Amino acid sequence: MTHDSGLKVAVVVFPGSNCEHDVAHALRAMGADAELVFHRETDLSGADGIVLPGGFAHGDYLRTGAIARFSPIMAEVERHAALGTPIIGICNGFQVLTEAGLLPGAMVANSDLRFICRFVPVRVESTDSVLTRNAEVGQILRIPLNSFEGNFVSGGSEPQVVLRYVDRHGEPDATINGSRIAGIANPAGNVAGLMPHPERASDAMLGSADGRILLESFLTSMAAVPA
Amino acid sequence: MRFRVQITRRDGIADPEGTVTTHALQELGFKEVTGVAFGRDITVEVDATDEQEASARVVEMCDRLLANPVIEDYTVERI
Repeated sequence: MTHDSGLKVAVVVFPGSNCEHDVAHALRAMGADAELVFHRETDLSGADGIVLPGGFAHGDYLRTGAIARFSPIMAEVERHAALGTPIIGICNGFQVLTEAGLLPGAMVANSDLRFICRFVPVRVESTDSVLTRNAEVGQILRIPLNSFEGNFVSGGSEPQVVLRYVDRHGEPDATINGSRIAGIANPAGNVAGLMPHPERASDAMLGSADGRILLESFLTSMAAVPA
Repeated sequence: MRFRVQITRRDGIADPEGTVTTHALQELGFKEVTGVAFGRDITVEVDATDEQEASARVVEMCDRLLANPVIEDYTVERI
């Protein structure tokens, strides 16, 4: 399924982001018009959707995402979030969204202090988000996880969980990085974050195309927002 | 004027570095270790004359940037 409707996705680039090209490529392959937007820009009025990609914004200095949340572009991201524009944060992007308060909770280091770099199974827990609306509850997806600080803690909040890490039996598994939660969304469902990289599982050539359903959900959500 | 900010992990929030270091110390033979917690020590230098005002500003710096209230507590003292 592709969307040839000229949907404009702004992929934000912070100093230290490194996944923006892969995300843009995956979205373009699905028919969207993805544009890289540097963090110093202040106008995203033409964006139908926004992606905060993975990487190491500001070298993860102070805390991962702590400085990026104050980038000039974030005022626009926050404005769009309030408007209901579909916004997804992938890995470091998820971290930036939690630091910005657009999503609850925070990240701490993986429980075994290892940088995890492998495919992990995640289960769709809710389709009430721009990330999962095309998927089915219970669906299991194999998507690469590449992170050191991907251990999501809710910190007393009760986030809407959209993706959970599971074991090979499909049961919730907190032994991957210490967290049971791989992806969440805000109550409105238009802002979502996930630690694994759907763009790295967007084509069979990459070893898994399971991430496509998440990106398709995002594009479908963008097409559904009244102009 | 210089202020010392000490940032600590809130109770109940996972501290994987602390856990792993506890085990590492125990394996080195320090079996008496029951816990290790990591914090962060930040020195903030400000150009100011009024200590109370300056301190209040440093507290604001902690609230806005230096500490993440979801997972961290902090203290501020003049040094």
